[in-house]
Amino acid sequence: MTRPFREVLNSGKFVITSEVAPPKGTNLEKVLHHIDLLKDKVDGINVTDHQSSVMRFPSLGIVILIKERGGEPILQMTCRDRNRLALQADLLFAYSRGVRNVLCLTGDSITVGDHKQAKAVFDLDSVQLLRMVRTMESGKDLGGNELNGAVEFCAGAIVTPEAQPIEPQLIKFEKKVAAGAEFFQTQGIYDLDNFRKFMQYARQFNTKILAGIILLTSAGMARYMNKNVPGVFVPQELIEELASTPKEKVLEKGIEIAGRMIKTIKEEALCDGVHIMAIGREELVPDILAAAGI
Amino acid sequence: MKTITAQKPFEEIIEALGEIEKVFLVGCGTCATMCQTGGESEVLQMKEKLEEAAKIVTGWMVIPTACDDLTKEALRENAESIEQAQAILVMTCAFGVQTVVGWSDKPVYPALNTLFIGKEDAPGYFSEVCMQCGECVLAWTGGICPVTSCTKGLLNGPCGGTNNGKCEVDPEKDCAWTLIYKQLEKQGRLDIMSKYQPPKNFQAVVKPGKILIKREGAM
Repeated sequence: MTRPFREVLNSGKFVITSEVAPPKGTNLEKVLHHIDLLKDKVDGINVTDHQSSVMRFPSLGIVILIKERGGEPILQMTCRDRNRLALQADLLFAYSRGVRNVLCLTGDSITVGDHKQAKAVFDLDSVQLLRMVRTMESGKDLGGNELNGAVEFCAGAIVTPEAQPIEPQLIKFEKKVAAGAEFFQTQGIYDLDNFRKFMQYARQFNTKILAGIILLTSAGMARYMNKNVPGVFVPQELIEELASTPKEKVLEKGIEIAGRMIKTIKEEALCDGVHIMAIGREELVPDILAAAGI
Repeated sequence: MKTITAQKPFEEIIEALGEIEKVFLVGCGTCATMCQTGGESEVLQMKEKLEEAAKIVTGWMVIPTACDDLTKEALRENAESIEQAQAILVMTCAFGVQTVVGWSDKPVYPALNTLFIGKEDAPGYFSEVCMQCGECVLAWTGGICPVTSCTKGLLNGPCGGTNNGKCEVDPEKDCAWTLIYKQLEKQGRLDIMSKYQPPKNFQAVVKPGKILIKREGAM
């Protein structure tokens, strides 16, 4: 049986989270396989919420499945598709089914996804969503009405240490801390020097930081992310390391790089843990952990 | 403050008109002229295209400001050619279209799409300035509106989609919150940005917008 995520966060242990992506459709075979593979190896499993604004099976449905299979789910919740009524209702339901962790996100823009004509909601932003969770914990809803049965969540948020410019991002980070974010999972990081600088700053706040580790599967993917994914920067030497690896070994190399980074972060106690994103290759997370010596 | 419009695809106009053969054209001398969507030359181009599509244009006019009360007089002056038409095709913003609707019993068709209230930054480049949220936030955003200029309308700072000061939806578009940060930094007022902003009141303007503004001294 997995320990409650908040308990792990506060235990001083090097925290490991990963994530699974709901299917496009009702075939749950692959996601259940990933859940079974991860549930005893990580401290929390995030479930993405229509990641990249692509319509999928709901994160709310998958977190319940994780719970049922004995894992510790982290419900990702974005402000893109639901107004404050729907967000609160989903949290009530999640809590009633034993879900105790929520990651509060703004959400990608509708136009990057596969339903480009949809109406974007953004009734709340991520800071307001965090505060909404805390309000509901006090026994009231956002309208100021009494709840018949409150909620209690370990609430987290994200931060992008590579954002350019970084200063406005840090102001928002501090607002999230003040709003009660107990943990942060960062956007993917690759430049550890830059991350050390970020941690020097972030250490002063009473919150836990889990460094985002995105598995690199090719030099092309690294270049693509540098060009197209805001806040992700893969240094040239890593791209070259991948580029100089024979094609049939490049995935192994990606696993090695991810493992190496996790190992360094853990050995130097740079931050409180890592959040591993193997985007589409979740079955490789155990290999990444093995490469990290965990 | 101008209403920015774009012409509907001609095929859509023809499809909407359907069996209607005889039309009267109305343009506007203000916003639609500035946008080059419903000024005199666009009205004349529309006339030509309609005639090529076997429609009969019974007459046309460009009202100085179509949303104005004077539209009533302008329609009256052209009553004869309007009477001959089966419909009026209006090349103005939706306000102009509805003003014409108010003063004529003929079926009225819009030829333009009304996009936003904005300004022309460079010839042909228009940008939105205000989306009339009813709760102006400019005091604490350095005079730059995140409700309008941030694609997500965020109130507490930038999202993770900021990319070198640009927006994730358009690499040409500035991130509103980066601009706000820079402006507040320049003014030495960054502390304002740290202040928590609660959820917006989306009922500040009831839908549809309606208000009685009581004026001092008025009856």
